[in-house]
Amino acid sequence: MIKVVFFAALREQLDCSELSLNCDNLTTVADVKAQLASKNEQWQQVFANSSLLSAVNHDMVNGDQVIKSGDEVAFFPPVTGG
Amino acid sequence: MTTNSTSEISIQTADFNLADEVALLERDNAIDGAVVTFTGRVRNKNEGNNVTSLTLEHYSGMTEKSLAKIISTAKSRWQLGRVKVIHRIGELFIGEQIVFVGVTSRHRQDAFAANEFIMDYLKVQAPFWKKESTEQGNNWLDAKSSDKSKAAKW
Repeated sequence: MIKVVFFAALREQLDCSELSLNCDNLTTVADVKAQLASKNEQWQQVFANSSLLSAVNHDMVNGDQVIKSGDEVAFFPPVTGG
Repeated sequence: MTTNSTSEISIQTADFNLADEVALLERDNAIDGAVVTFTGRVRNKNEGNNVTSLTLEHYSGMTEKSLAKIISTAKSRWQLGRVKVIHRIGELFIGEQIVFVGVTSRHRQDAFAANEFIMDYLKVQAPFWKKESTEQGNNWLDAKSSDKSKAAKW
């Protein structure tokens, strides 16, 4: 299992801040995203946004990052702090 | 004197006091001749809209990790003494302080450059998000491409 967390506008669009996902058939962050997008039409639309960023265990990563059970995977919009 | 990384970063709802922060950077620090500080505040207008407040959300854990990495990179590029980064979260009103970056170094060039570097990278890498309340309603701010190009120039 992996923990998946969402932030800011993405969290509101999905109406979900975190969930657990079986990762047996998932290799990369891109696979996780595709799995989430397959949930329903709304999630598919939300994850079609190419500007979304991702992190694994608090480090920013690309879609080809390999994941393993126990990881915390995050998706969020481009950051706007400062 | 060395400071550990946990004391260099503070994510907090409470306000901070500029004079207190400068005093901490200077206390028992006779080797650094330069102290450069930056304070970011909530503006009353953004893209033509009258702003009433901002609400700052962040990704606890990743925020601290990303700021620690930025500070560590700055220390590897410039000869720095002390570094302090404070970022507030929660709802902030016009004129309130949002962010503080303080850097000391022996001579001013290092502190000036490192302070700007830390702010530029914080803007594009640290997981904070601003939601703006305006007379027209609430909306999440979009990232600016100009911030991306500023960070890229380093």
